[in-house]
Amino acid sequence: MAENAKVITADKLTKRFGAFTAVDAISFEVGAGEIFGFLGANGAGKTTAMRMLTGLLKPTSGRAGVAGYDVFTQSENIKRRIGYMSQRFSLYEDLTVYENVRFYGAVYGLRSETLRAKIKAVLEELDLTHARNTLLAELPLGWKQRLAFSTALIHDPAIVFLDEPTGGVDPITRRQFWEMIYEQAERGTTIFVTTHYMDEAEYCDRVSIMVDGRIAALDTPRGLKQTFQAETMDDVFVRLVRGPKSSVEAGG
Amino acid sequence: MQSTVVRIEHLVKRFGDVQALDDCNAEVLQGEIFGFIGPDGAGKTTLFRILTTLLTPDEGRAEVLGLDVVDDYRRIRPQLGYMPGRFSLYHDLSVEENLTFFAGIFDADVQQNYELIRDLYEQLAPFKDRRAGKLSGGMKQKLALCCALIHKPQLLVLDEPTTGVDAVSRREFWDMLGRLREHGISIVVSTPYMDEARRCDRIALIQDGRILSTDSPQALSRSYRRPLLSVRVKQSFAALRALREFKHAHSVYSFGDALHYSDARTTLTGKDISELRDYLSGRSIEVEELHPIEPTIEDSFMELSTERNDG
Repeated sequence: MAENAKVITADKLTKRFGAFTAVDAISFEVGAGEIFGFLGANGAGKTTAMRMLTGLLKPTSGRAGVAGYDVFTQSENIKRRIGYMSQRFSLYEDLTVYENVRFYGAVYGLRSETLRAKIKAVLEELDLTHARNTLLAELPLGWKQRLAFSTALIHDPAIVFLDEPTGGVDPITRRQFWEMIYEQAERGTTIFVTTHYMDEAEYCDRVSIMVDGRIAALDTPRGLKQTFQAETMDDVFVRLVRGPKSSVEAGG
Repeated sequence: MQSTVVRIEHLVKRFGDVQALDDCNAEVLQGEIFGFIGPDGAGKTTLFRILTTLLTPDEGRAEVLGLDVVDDYRRIRPQLGYMPGRFSLYHDLSVEENLTFFAGIFDADVQQNYELIRDLYEQLAPFKDRRAGKLSGGMKQKLALCCALIHKPQLLVLDEPTTGVDAVSRREFWDMLGRLREHGISIVVSTPYMDEARRCDRIALIQDGRILSTDSPQALSRSYRRPLLSVRVKQSFAALRALREFKHAHSVYSFGDALHYSDARTTLTGKDISELRDYLSGRSIEVEELHPIEPTIEDSFMELSTERNDG
């Protein structure tokens, strides 16, 4: 990871909904080409934080820059410089493989020759050229997932946000997907990823864990395990999220 | 002898050209937690919909609590608690109203069966007037389980209850299932999380509509026959590539902070292990740890699913 170039900087970033503080003054930086794991319990504020960083939600206070643009005033510029893939694949089941790629390319602003060349490159790289006229609904899950990842990258974004990209996927496909992530990071794309699979947290360069709207810990997986004297990231996560309060529940 | 609560024989279900279930056989015993472990699209939901009498099989048969799922569906339903994968309570009813409603349709008494749901419902009680649609994911899941339990079913069928749920809530949910088993309720549950397999008494690994193997989690892990090594290095991705190119490699997968390397030979000597270590060093990969390990369910699953694809 390049120490010099920061592609995400958040400084006391906060979001309140009425009296409820969903994201409570979080501060962190992500470097270019880094694989950054963004973990937390359900309801800890991950989605809200991600929506602010992707320019979809205006923060209440604090500051944040994404790909060199300000989340308060330049959200449209941010959207052009990032890719996004959600847990429910955002591709259209009733369009063909080719139509899906063309649609996303066009949405991300690619035109004529550039668009044609990009579509060709994506299909070739995924070895899907022969299946270009296949309806997405007929593709195996693993292929859909790889296609969704490639379409999120079709406009060469600086950062790609992956929101639980591997939920429910079989263990081999899940690992193949992580190899794609590694390859993309090696090319310099920053990866910002959420997951409920704690073994995947180990694959990240650094991991932050949100608890009740705050970043409760942020370090390399190795560093976190040392700090919390835990064997696995699962133990780190449970210790942080469960905290001292719920020893009653833990007793079961 | 434990009696059988679920028996499926040569079960087949097709949707057009898609073979959702392909000659599935399994047996679930009274009082056990039985897990169907497999990815999305494996056929888990189709199977559960047949067991809960919501779908009829094309071929083969299924018995639940000694009754045929097609002929005796009316007698099966009152004895089942079913939690579908998608949240299916009434969003615009409150927590309490949902519970009363489900008790009502099963002609059950909330007070009489309260003991069964006490642990769960006490966590929900502060929100009893909140509409179900406004609950957090974890709370919705707890309410759905309460509603599935309120008529004290003989058999609980849970379709991916922990999907999308964080690691802490998942542990708590499995603790809860363990307590329900003590009440004598048999549980059939599906999950895509391989690590949850060890919380089951017995499991069936399922992929592409076929049951790959059925056994206790321990026995399934032991059924893995190849020599398996755990390799810990600084540069995991580089090591992954290098290990795959090693002449004796059978498979190499990442497992958290380590790599699992399986060898194509039947046994490995200390010399073989040193050779592998030297091979990695020769590729400038700094080996921190390299030693034989016991396989996990996930190792077994990947081995079984690739064997099938190759065969």
